Amino acid sequence: MHGTRILQEADRLMTVCNSCRYCEGLCAVFPAMEMRRAFSDGDLNYLANLCHACGACYTDCQFSPPHEFNVNVPKTLAVARAESYAAYAWPRAFAGAFARNGLFISLIAALSVAAFIFGFAAINDPGVLYGIHTGPGAFYKLMPHNAMALLFGAALLYAILALMMGVRAFWRAIGEPIGMKTDPKSLLQAMRDAGELRYLDGGGVGCFNEDDHPTDRRKLYHHFTFYGFALCFAATCVGTLYHYLLAREAPYAWWDLPVVLGTLGGIGLVVGPIGLLSEKWKRDPVLVDEQQMGMDTAFILMLFLTSISGLALLLWRESAAMGPLLALHLGVVFALFITMPYGKFVHGIYRFVALVRYARERQMMAE
Amino acid sequence: MVDLTRRFDVLVIGGGNAALCAAISARRAGASVLVLEGAPKFYRGGNTRHTRNMRCAHDAATEILTGPYTEEEFWQDLLLVTGGQTDEELARFMIHESKDILNWIVEQGVRWQPSLGGTLSLGRTNSFFLGGGRAMLNALYRTAEELGVDILYDAEVIDLKIEDGMFLSAQLKQPVGGRTEVRASTLVAAAGGFEANIEWLKQYWGEAADNFLIRGTPYNRGAILKMLLAKGVQEIGDPTQCHAVAIDARAPKFDGGIITRHDSVVFGIVVNKHAERFYDEGEDIWPKRYAIWGRLVAAQPDQIAYIIFDSTVVTSFMPTLFPPIAGATIAELAGKLELDAAALEQTITGFNAAVQPGTFDHTILDDCRTEGITPAKTHWARRIETPPYLAYPVRPGITFTYLGTRVNRQSRMLMKDGKSSANMFAAGEIMAGNVLGKGYAAGIGMTIGSVFGRVAGREAAKNARN
Ligand SMILES: Cc1cc2nc3c(=O)[nH]c(=O)nc-3n(C[C@H](O)[C@H](O)[C@H](O)COP(=O)(O)OP(=O)(O)OC[C@H]3O[C@@H](n4cnc5c(N)ncnc54)[C@H](O)[C@@H]3O)c2cc1C
Ligand code: SF4
Ligand code: SF4
Repeated sequence: MHGTRILQEADRLMTVCNSCRYCEGLCAVFPAMEMRRAFSDGDLNYLANLCHACGACYTDCQFSPPHEFNVNVPKTLAVARAESYAAYAWPRAFAGAFARNGLFISLIAALSVAAFIFGFAAINDPGVLYGIHTGPGAFYKLMPHNAMALLFGAALLYAILALMMGVRAFWRAIGEPIGMKTDPKSLLQAMRDAGELRYLDGGGVGCFNEDDHPTDRRKLYHHFTFYGFALCFAATCVGTLYHYLLAREAPYAWWDLPVVLGTLGGIGLVVGPIGLLSEKWKRDPVLVDEQQMGMDTAFILMLFLTSISGLALLLWRESAAMGPLLALHLGVVFALFITMPYGKFVHGIYRFVALVRYARERQMMAE
Repeated sequence: MVDLTRRFDVLVIGGGNAALCAAISARRAGASVLVLEGAPKFYRGGNTRHTRNMRCAHDAATEILTGPYTEEEFWQDLLLVTGGQTDEELARFMIHESKDILNWIVEQGVRWQPSLGGTLSLGRTNSFFLGGGRAMLNALYRTAEELGVDILYDAEVIDLKIEDGMFLSAQLKQPVGGRTEVRASTLVAAAGGFEANIEWLKQYWGEAADNFLIRGTPYNRGAILKMLLAKGVQEIGDPTQCHAVAIDARAPKFDGGIITRHDSVVFGIVVNKHAERFYDEGEDIWPKRYAIWGRLVAAQPDQIAYIIFDSTVVTSFMPTLFPPIAGATIAELAGKLELDAAALEQTITGFNAAVQPGTFDHTILDDCRTEGITPAKTHWARRIETPPYLAYPVRPGITFTYLGTRVNRQSRMLMKDGKSSANMFAAGEIMAGNVLGKGYAAGIGMTIGSVFGRVAGREAAKNARN
């Protein structure tokens, strides 16, 4: 017996699939399943997070509905996956954030933005908020750099801690033996698999989204989003280094590394999220976990808002709009950071961990 | 919308592998093609939906196949399983063509399973479809659509107008739209066998057929085959011959597919409803042991049997869809199976006493056997003595039938008077009996459909243009 109804269903499906195995060439889920004959809650959560929701095993299954065996692996694993995020959330008290996630994220985002606006207004005189500031240190007229660094550093550290605690719980539940460390080779393999989204290709033809014609669009938009995010993150890191190591203050010229990275990343984070959202709306409802729509949309929008507000700031940083734009941008980024462990962001983390586990399992098999 | 008032060059009846190969090849040869698939879209592709691999000859190992599998070897295998009941000329032709099919099918968008290393061991004789039969069908349908083949679902053909071996038109019945007369210059019949037609099966098997389970599509009711035979097409094959395996008795009546099979027979014993053994469970290794049990169970009272084994072997075979039925004692197990407890205990005690010492190895014909009981278990005999005791109830599961239409190398139907039909071709299960008089070698259903489908389409297109 399993903890939840969806795990019960996932177990039923894995039993069907394990006696069939036609999909074993499509992705990692099926070979991983074949290494087991019975499935614990942890096993099922592991398989659920290995699934990239490419939809191939639904389109290719002779038992998908209306067949009486009613096999819908992508949807079942999507629901299980969403539930697994809550199951491993840290601290436990915040697990509830996954239940109406869209609302939760939007509230936090709105509050953060408001807090920055009021914060700016409170510590400075209102004129500063709408004033025109240029040259190095312009941003810090609104908020001292150290305050900014402290606030964001703390938010990020908290997010990292919470994520790590979640991952630890997940690793415990899926790993055997408990406490097992992974090896560099598996780690590298997982990084490669994650970096190229190897399992979002339906075994080679592409992802199935609105119908039975595979495309690579979801993969492409995913790449835009992921690498866009990575570039933005890199921009922040370089900026921080500039500040502390080189004592060079933001804003930087358009050709300077943090701005170039940030701009490229920002573009990725505009194209990617818009693409993902439009693909999501087109997606065949039979593959979709409706419960998750809020969470997915909220995360995509947060990424989009981050990039759009960042780009807007770049464009209008020498105008009176700079103050409100900075507040908006910082508010969104702040909200993004602190909600990271409690929203769709975690899917990447858990998927990566699952990939590590898979690479590890494969290796042990080969030995 | 498909314009049904026009006259098509080629009309294909069916929607499985044979039909799609024919449609694509006819279209590539320049013909206008209409495919009428009797099933709704989800169920398109009949039994092909449930397939997994195809047997093709090849001269060297490839990315998807280990080692060579020569034409001669393929022919010997076919000779073996059919006991010589095959049309040598057609069979050799098919085997020769199968070499090229390996590549042709890829050109139609179908993908093969590459070696993943580790868990997946590739075959030498059979190539596996990546994602299985439905994935391969999806690819064929996409290609056919892109080429401009017209396809109708829920389009059952209920009558054929044929005069002197010449096809004139077909009566189409649709849920909405009712009956329509469809005209075409040539016909390719690829509508499968009649295994889903229990009434027809009863003609040969009697009431026993009521207890048969049909592993594949409920839409292969043999209507087209029956019409063709009634209108003068020469018949081939023994109607009682079919591919039948023992499948879980709890499986659905139709369409349970591959996952209801059991390959645990060699690890235990098989008893009938009187708790008696009736055949040597250790006679031969896969695939032979797999393909004979359908018939063996069909010959037992009420067409039911039970594979009985103990807890030591559960992990030796593929995981099963339905869990085994378990009992802490033989008597408890008998109770759950509704068998006579004393009789089952006696059978198992007798069997256990007859088991001789040996070295167990299920990959070869090992030396674990019984002595002094009938029937003997000639290999892999080990005592059933470690509780819990386990069982799977099994029934005959019909895969497909062999009665069909006679064809020549052009896949053209032959009439009863020996002449070839003016414009009618057949491919796939509906003419499988030409090659498979009896028996079965895994993956050959797809070979028959692909090879003769491709030929039929090409020849039909040529015929239509003349
Ligand atoms: C569980 C299972 C597993 C199998 N595995 C393999 C395997 O791995 N490899 C292999 O080679 N073979 C396998 N086979 C056998 C294989 O499925 C058949 O040999 C093959 O599918 C026959 O192809 P076909 O195109 O002739 O017929 P089908 O694929 O059965 O297609 C017949 C089509 O005709 C349609 N039809 C029927 N009557 C009408 C009508 N009156 N009007 C319009 N349309 C009609 C049906 O809807 C169907 O689409 C398996 C069979 C089963 C049941
Ligand atoms: S999804 Fe369907 S076809 Fe794929 S392994 Fe599972 S049961 Fe088989
Ligand atoms: S990744 Fe694709 S093929 Fe694999 S389980 Fe998920 S939906 Fe199915």
